[in-house]
Amino acid sequence: MVCHDGNWAPGLGISRREVLTGTVALGAIGSGRPSYADETQRPATALRQDNQVSKSMTLYIGTPTSRVDGRAKVTGEAKYAGEFNTSGLAYSSVVESTIPKGRIVRIDTSDALRVEGVLDVLTHENRPRMAGTDQAWKDDVAPEEGSPFRPLYDDKIMFSGQPIALVLAEEWEIARYAASLVRVEYEKQAFVTDLYQQRDQAFVVKKPDKPHGDAGRAFAAAAVRHEAEYFIPTEHHNPMELFASTAVWDGDDKLTVYDKTQGVQNVQRYLCSVFNKKSDDLRVISPYVGGAFGAGLRPQYEAVLAVLGALALERSVRLVLTRRQMYGLGHRPATIERLALGAKADGTLDAVTHEAIAVTSQFEDFSRNDTGWAALLYKSANAKYVHRLARLDVPTSCDMRAPGAAPGVYALESAMDELAVALKIDPVELRLRCYSDRDQNEGVPYTSKQLRECYRQGAVAFGWDKRSAEPRSMRDGSELVGWGMATGVWEALQMPAAARIVLTANGHAEVSCAASDIGTGTYTILAQVAADMLGLPIENISIKLGDSSLPQAPVEGGSWMAASASHAVATTAQEVRGELLALAKAMKGSPLADAKFEDTMLADGKVVSKQDASRAVSITDAMRHGAVDRIEKEKTNSFPDDSSHARNTHSAVFAEVKVDEQLGVIRVTRVVSATAAGRILNTKTAHSQIMGGVVWGIGMALHEETVFDHRFGRIMNANIAEYHVPVNADVQDIKVVFVDEPDTIINPLGIKGLGEIGIVGVAAAIANAVYHATGKRVRDLPITLDKLQRST
Amino acid sequence: MINFQYARANDVADAVRMIATDPTAKFIAGGTNLIDLMKEDVERPSGLIDISRLPLKGVEETSDGGVRIGALVPNSDLAWHPLIEQRYPLLRNAILAGASQQLRNMASTGGNLLQRTRCAYFYDIATPCNKREPGSGCSAIGGINRIHAILGTSESCIATHPSDMCVALAALDAKVHVTGPAGERVLAFTDFHRLPDSSPQTDTNLHPNELITAVELPAKGFPANYSYLKIRDRLSYAFALVSIAAAMELEGGTIGEARLALGGVAHKPWRDSAAESALRGQPANQTTFEQAADILLRDARGYEHNTFKIDLARRGIVRTLTQAAQATPQSQSDKKIR
Ligand SMILES: Cc1cc2nc3c(=O)[nH]c(=O)nc-3n(C[C@H](O)[C@H](O)[C@H](O)COP(=O)(O)OP(=O)(O)OC[C@H]3O[C@@H](n4cnc5c(N)ncnc54)[C@H](O)[C@@H]3O)c2cc1C
Ligand code: SF4
Repeated sequence: MVCHDGNWAPGLGISRREVLTGTVALGAIGSGRPSYADETQRPATALRQDNQVSKSMTLYIGTPTSRVDGRAKVTGEAKYAGEFNTSGLAYSSVVESTIPKGRIVRIDTSDALRVEGVLDVLTHENRPRMAGTDQAWKDDVAPEEGSPFRPLYDDKIMFSGQPIALVLAEEWEIARYAASLVRVEYEKQAFVTDLYQQRDQAFVVKKPDKPHGDAGRAFAAAAVRHEAEYFIPTEHHNPMELFASTAVWDGDDKLTVYDKTQGVQNVQRYLCSVFNKKSDDLRVISPYVGGAFGAGLRPQYEAVLAVLGALALERSVRLVLTRRQMYGLGHRPATIERLALGAKADGTLDAVTHEAIAVTSQFEDFSRNDTGWAALLYKSANAKYVHRLARLDVPTSCDMRAPGAAPGVYALESAMDELAVALKIDPVELRLRCYSDRDQNEGVPYTSKQLRECYRQGAVAFGWDKRSAEPRSMRDGSELVGWGMATGVWEALQMPAAARIVLTANGHAEVSCAASDIGTGTYTILAQVAADMLGLPIENISIKLGDSSLPQAPVEGGSWMAASASHAVATTAQEVRGELLALAKAMKGSPLADAKFEDTMLADGKVVSKQDASRAVSITDAMRHGAVDRIEKEKTNSFPDDSSHARNTHSAVFAEVKVDEQLGVIRVTRVVSATAAGRILNTKTAHSQIMGGVVWGIGMALHEETVFDHRFGRIMNANIAEYHVPVNADVQDIKVVFVDEPDTIINPLGIKGLGEIGIVGVAAAIANAVYHATGKRVRDLPITLDKLQRST
Repeated sequence: MINFQYARANDVADAVRMIATDPTAKFIAGGTNLIDLMKEDVERPSGLIDISRLPLKGVEETSDGGVRIGALVPNSDLAWHPLIEQRYPLLRNAILAGASQQLRNMASTGGNLLQRTRCAYFYDIATPCNKREPGSGCSAIGGINRIHAILGTSESCIATHPSDMCVALAALDAKVHVTGPAGERVLAFTDFHRLPDSSPQTDTNLHPNELITAVELPAKGFPANYSYLKIRDRLSYAFALVSIAAAMELEGGTIGEARLALGGVAHKPWRDSAAESALRGQPANQTTFEQAADILLRDARGYEHNTFKIDLARRGIVRTLTQAAQATPQSQSDKKIR
């Protein structure tokens, strides 16, 4: 175990003090416990018991539990990748290419090397050895096709902002200064960074959507048609925490790498493969992540370069990227989306065509499902989906919150709004008329789908019935008022994950898993699940995450971590219960002597019979009698391999905008997001997730855009002063409604996950509201006031 | 970012002496602009002369009924100073429209005047820019120029001055007090900033070896009829696409003295005496305001992405003059435009 600063352990797990915060909040919430209209939605723990035994027993699942790591975060006790200290740490700074394509002819580091305090300057010419095959550079979530980017590998320049040298120095300031002295001579090559220039060269990629019927012919014959193209610009994640890596040299060629990542084990396998290391010799730790949103799913170059530096110096090295350099990482690809919808006069759909052209790099084929969402939402006898990729001289695009869906559903739901206008049918009504109870791609029903309720409850919460249909018909003084709505849909995936539980006889349990908590609340929900499953107070649970040496976990993404890790913990807790029961049975005159495993549960610190609460043995007694002071179990979750159901989360988003009629200034004054996402583990962290998604949706609709100058192939707003995201003034009234969605099929706890659903549909709801307010349809995001001035 | 020397000046004379001995050094006040530019290698001063502790932090009444503002008064202190709140609410509102609370806490009065353009090419040393590197060319002409100027541009540069505070100071006929090796001088605010002409590298008529010591406001503050309207890409914390400072005296429904200044449209806060003359003596109504707007914008010229600013400015001028005339100044906290 590495312990350079002497106190990393509290930062990794949850110290008792932090857990107490959770308890205080819980106590305060006690009386305000949500009431459940439908008993099936009661936050019971399905894996555990059917009939409640002890009324006094605390059930944490489903309650608005405060973050167990909240205190560590606000006090600065929580440490991030760039904050781990060690003696003899060297600092580094990256030199980036200023051209988007070409070759490095000469790289002169002599001036940099002359600066006092500079230890070395690494380039492709003098760096330590790295793997030479594409396979070795493929991380767990790399696109199937292509050659992953290799930093400092050779003289090839593939995008502007590419790292081409690493300056290593005694101080960060020295490294940064010396980096400015590295002189590079390039051989420039022709390049392209404009999607519109390259759209005709785009090539088709295979997607899981299953076209059916003849959408072209049905469209031509349809009574009412809508056809349009929509555009989503390149967007960058801009997490608050800068990408950083501290590679600690442990001697003997061993390294501990503190990295900002959404998957420590992915980074660990990748670095071992790139640097040809045994898995015991390189460990990756990332206890806290200051936002990542998909940018940290694949290992980023800072981890490779920090390790390169450490290997070159045989010394610990830190690399923290600058904000500008973060624009040289992945991004949400710019995408052109074309929709053609044909309907009967009654609003039922005959034809859906959704075609997307998204950006990828010259060297990898990254694509996500932009198209095909219509097949999940709307019945149509004919459907056609085509996804194309256009190659540009930019870094490979990557996942960003609800990849594919955020842009694809924006386009689909804008088009549905336009169709509703053409049909003169209320937008909610149109969606209900087309409502599909089946996933038409796979031809299967859903494990659960409460989208109708989302529409209904969202509309009620918003007051939709007071909407006057005509554009420009609602006002508030000098402002035009617009009400728009859209549907959101996302996947409810689950992945293999394992958890280890160590229970000690004093009734404390340590739960560990390699999962990352990227700010979503994984520490907290796992503490809740463990507490309920082990029948212990939450303050007796400590959670350890974000360490590659812990039990296996997938990368934290795709909204699958809550379901996956919770079930790993629940499954392992069952093993613990099995062992406790065996110990309890072995006691002389045990009240549980003839109890069967399935008839028992853990509650109030005891093994209890479900039939008769008086038949119980305390965990402590059972372990003491058996002379066992710790029970350690590790299990992997397992989910039924069920291809007969589709698994999705849904939402209905309603937005109000007010637009100054003369000046075009847009304010999003209200948003209601009614979300159905299975069992909500923690109504507080879940609320934050959806609210954050809505805020991002506001940004997507009105603010976000990475601006390129295609003459230079460079990003011209690579900083967060000029790359706009919403600020407080842009975020007004957001209401989150969770629609009850019992799901007994998807998994034992009925969990779906909701990290991404919050953003899907928001941009469309706002764009539709802007149309309703102004009568102007802006089909290229973001909707800035100058676009409202355009004549069309 | 380069390595640099750091020294602290103890008094005004000290500061002026220090800059005279090292002309490649720069004063640093709040550092909110200079440090950013140094991080991007746009500014590479050999040394920083810290003036933040100079005794230039007073806001005092002058003998002729005006107010003298020390060059180191933080923007927030100035906005919330009772003299400014009561007598120059236009200035207060313009300051509060700018940046964020944190930045306004750090930013100084003198530094605000000397903040540099937000033109993206100026900030990116991998691209040509006449302002940063004279003679290298202007990338914004023919490039991304959505935020750029529509008035007073030149073939060399179409950048804007990004300040909000300065728009109000221009409208209020402020004066800038400076001290250099040759002693003190006073510049009219409208003469302080320059147009780009063929030397866009020079933003102002301040000499490189001069220190701003104070900004002085004349007695006339237009506390009754004024408004500052800032139109931007999000509701707060964004630079102006167009901003308008309007102030007037009204007798009955007739305009007496009138001031109109625009931000975000030129290399300096834009004032036009002809537009103001068109307001004076006229009824305070829509027609008058439209005429003034047309006069002010008569020579406006758009580029590929910023043509929208011309119409936006016209509408904004009319709106702001209306707000001023009706004594319903734009609130800087409620983002609804009045
Ligand atoms: C993200 C961001 C958003 C912003 N948004 C806005 C906005 O919306 N509206 C707005 O108006 N401003 C905005 N600003 C700019 C801000 O107002 C300026 O950065 C600030 O006013 C500069 O003051 P300072 O004291 O920090 O100057 P410094 O950075 O210390 O100095 C700036 C320049 O002035 C020189 N200097 C400073 N004081 C003197 C003096 N007394 N005599 C001679 N030279 C001097 C320095 O040498 C330097 O060249 C924003 C800034 C940032 C970073
Ligand atoms: S507008 Fe001015 S600042 Fe911008 S690139 Fe041109 S010369 Fe440089």
